[in-house]
Amino acid sequence: MPAHTFTVNGEQVTVDAPDDLPLLWVLRDLLGIRGPKYGCGIDVCKACTSHLDGEAVNPCAVPVSEVADREVTTIEGLADGDRLHPVQEAWLEQDVAQCGYCQPGQIMAAVALLRRTKSPTDEEIDAIANVCRCGTYFRIREAIKSAAARMS
Amino acid sequence: MEPQPPPAAAEHTTNAEPSRGSGHAEPSRGSGHAESSRGSGRAESSQGSGRAESSQGSGRAESSQGSGHAGHAESLRGSERAEHAGHAGHAQSPQTPQITPSPQGPQGPESPQGPESPQGPKSPHGPESPQSPEGSGVGRRKVLAYLVAAPTLTVAVRVGADAWAPEAAAATPEATALPDVLPDLGDVLILAAAPTAHLLTLELGEDGTARFGLPRAEVGQGLTTAVAMLIADELDLPLDRIKVRLDDARPELLFNQLTGSSNSIRALHRPVRAAAAAARARLIATAARRWGTDAADLTTREGAVHAPDGRTLDYGALAARAAAPRTTEAPEVTLKPAGEQRVVGRPTGRIDARAIVTGRQEYALDLDVPGAKPAMVRRPPTVNGTVAKVHNAAAVRGMAGVLDVVEIATGVAVVAETFGQALAGKDALRVDWGPGTVDELSHEDIKARLRKTVPDFLPPLLVRHIDAEYDFAPVSHAPLETNSAVADVRDDRATVWTAAQSPIAARAAVAKAIGLPPSRVDFHVVQAGGSFGRRLFYDAAIEAAQVSKAAGRPVRLMWSRVDDMRHGRMRPPTHHKLRVTHTRGGTPLSLQHRTASVEIDAGHGIGDALTAGLTELPAAGETFAQTMFRLSMRSPYDLGATAQTLTELPLKLHTGSWRSVYSGTARAAEEMFLDEVAEQLGADPVEFRRTRLRTAAQRAVLDAATRDWGRELPAGCAQGVGFHEEYKSRVAYLVELDARDPKEPRVTRAVIAVDVGRAVNPRGVEAQMLGGLTDGIATALRAGLHFDKGLPLEGSYSQFHYARQKDSPPDVTVHVIDSDAEPGGVGELGVPAAVAAVGNAYARATGTRVRSFPILFDVDFEPFPR
Repeated sequence: MPAHTFTVNGEQVTVDAPDDLPLLWVLRDLLGIRGPKYGCGIDVCKACTSHLDGEAVNPCAVPVSEVADREVTTIEGLADGDRLHPVQEAWLEQDVAQCGYCQPGQIMAAVALLRRTKSPTDEEIDAIANVCRCGTYFRIREAIKSAAARMS
Repeated sequence: MEPQPPPAAAEHTTNAEPSRGSGHAEPSRGSGHAESSRGSGRAESSQGSGRAESSQGSGRAESSQGSGHAGHAESLRGSERAEHAGHAGHAQSPQTPQITPSPQGPQGPESPQGPESPQGPKSPHGPESPQSPEGSGVGRRKVLAYLVAAPTLTVAVRVGADAWAPEAAAATPEATALPDVLPDLGDVLILAAAPTAHLLTLELGEDGTARFGLPRAEVGQGLTTAVAMLIADELDLPLDRIKVRLDDARPELLFNQLTGSSNSIRALHRPVRAAAAAARARLIATAARRWGTDAADLTTREGAVHAPDGRTLDYGALAARAAAPRTTEAPEVTLKPAGEQRVVGRPTGRIDARAIVTGRQEYALDLDVPGAKPAMVRRPPTVNGTVAKVHNAAAVRGMAGVLDVVEIATGVAVVAETFGQALAGKDALRVDWGPGTVDELSHEDIKARLRKTVPDFLPPLLVRHIDAEYDFAPVSHAPLETNSAVADVRDDRATVWTAAQSPIAARAAVAKAIGLPPSRVDFHVVQAGGSFGRRLFYDAAIEAAQVSKAAGRPVRLMWSRVDDMRHGRMRPPTHHKLRVTHTRGGTPLSLQHRTASVEIDAGHGIGDALTAGLTELPAAGETFAQTMFRLSMRSPYDLGATAQTLTELPLKLHTGSWRSVYSGTARAAEEMFLDEVAEQLGADPVEFRRTRLRTAAQRAVLDAATRDWGRELPAGCAQGVGFHEEYKSRVAYLVELDARDPKEPRVTRAVIAVDVGRAVNPRGVEAQMLGGLTDGIATALRAGLHFDKGLPLEGSYSQFHYARQKDSPPDVTVHVIDSDAEPGGVGELGVPAAVAAVGNAYARATGTRVRSFPILFDVDFEPFPR
């Protein structure tokens, strides 16, 4: 089985896995990194949203072979030790989560958005397609705006 | 949203258990209504028109129901009236006996618990004494607490009918369930000898942390946070020093370990507070002994006992000394009056929020169970189909990473090193399938059959009438965490980890499926990634156990999203025929509502709980579902003689209770019909409702939500309103909807007002109302399942069209109206009113009355292969 070497949350890892094995399962089942969640496996629900070289991707739809020598960041790698990322802080401030299952993905999507634009418009926030079945969308929107204010 | 930052405590909590709002609420306080409104960033002041409790009670008592059950309904209301009357004494009114039969009879002689003893001289630690400012509904029963022999301070309380608000026990089907574990005589004797075995336990450790075992599920509704808040307040312990864990299946709890009917806080708030208060009293007594002072001079705060001279002792330092040498009944305690509560009623962030935002919150498949390998099941092309022949098991076993292929009752399982490989393996299987139970059935057939299930109304004599019909498509629960469970089955024992709302029934079913006695199955309840009623069913646990047994290794079994939507559970499709008769002058004389629903599967314990909780037999000829329908459906309006009936269509679909169960469709239909009636009678929809609501509390909620009803909006945009009362709570939704393109409607704004009695955590209540709003938007506008030749076509969120951020309003305000009533239910409250508000807004914006929901329901996708 081919070996794949890449960086996850700042650490270099090498895994033996078929080229076409989705990154999500490499993370969850081989590396034990379980912040990214399965919700559909086909890049629809976005629950697994993580970053690849700083941009939002959905590991359920990225074959492990595509991440060789690249940098993967999951929700576990977002905070700086005990110091939360401003987006995580905003999530606490707004008490966004209900069941919480989609929130790692929502947060990673929001972080990616705020990297692209410092003060996102409602339309830009609307474009985040991550599903929240508990329906926390309004608090997500408020948290993104709050995080934008914190980061500016 | 509300500017108040989460209390610091919330931030420290790491892996405490989950928590949140759905449940919740709590008792009251004296001031009738300050509305704490928090919502989108605006702080609103509250208001709340003075509400007379008595009118609330008596108004309700008059609601007329369908004939045939009036007797029962009336008596329930009678006790409810007492509840709201604010005089504890009344609560012990003669009606109470009807709900007192405690399912867990066994209790030692020292528990005089007589349901009605509160007035007696013993009147033990009744949570709240009758005169307590707690006011309404309190003091009616004591909650017996025990000091349990243990290394550190441990207090236990009973939970059950005797700890419940009388109306809760009788009126909610949820009490709980456990069929095949009803004790035999030997069990009864064992339990009788161990009066604390079936209690809820609060332990205080030497680390100064309190730990409480919660016999309920946390599915995102915020229950663990609300329970921790109750403990924090009564124990004077910071929230971050309270850990709430979900109890394993505990058969001895009988009907008290089932999460549903939004009743958890209603059932648990009193015993939880009593346990915390008893623990605090014991800590004070222990410190007094140690210091040689009078306990009455000592105070508690921030997890320590304080003496007037400045000495302090942390609870942790007292925990061992305060432990009881032998189990005894705890001395009587008084619960804090509402005015002294500092945590309850304060908007508070979830205790697991930090774990969630850092990715550390664990769901079933995140658990590290040694050796447990991923497993997925290939399922039949139609619902309930069977495996006839597997053609290539050997070839699939040879695929990369595949460890095993085993056949189970519901399909063919592939066990692999990773889920990716299990998925690839299951897709590669070639299987011949036997027929399912509804292979020929399709969406339009079901719809047509439902319409024929209830008779049309005949033309009325002498009076005028308005008729309307509504249809609702089935809706998937679709929790984001798909159906999943971890199981480790050995020869003589098994262990299961899964999210479960009915763990006792689940454990028994798992045991049966693998041929072990239930006592050999350890069943651990894990926090759920959503539920909406789905986790009442334990099919994943059964499958995981079967696969583990067949494969001879522990497994982590997960359903694919496609299977979760197609082979999972759904809210049954319904059809509604409604009629209002009225005088020539426009005064309503009667409301008739005939609901037809595909049979709902309640085979998860609720039926047994309901049977146990009822003190009279159902009305002659009434089915279980009809009883449940009757207990949950009430019209909040005075529309004259009111008759709401349910007729079930027996089809073997995978139905199940979906958040708010019957009300989500039936009450939504009534609320939309009410708009039609108002329009035809030339009345304003809000004013029409207002004049026919029965109580001041109801009107206060409607008024708070509709302060700017009628404001100017562009053509093609409109407001819509919906109201609902259930679980002793009430809510009104006002939404504004932009339908300038009728094919792309967008809810742009919502104002929600809710009265759940005393809100334990207003922030959690608000969260649940936001969830109800999203469910309302989704199920009114786009979300539904098309059944086609025995299987739903939808297999993903994009096909199912559950609402996303782009469908959600950027402007939402939630008014949580505080009241001094007993805590009501919250988790399911919002849906019916939200659905109706969206439907009504769409009708007003487009000038088209919609008869079938969701409104936009095209098959605009290529279905996945079967």
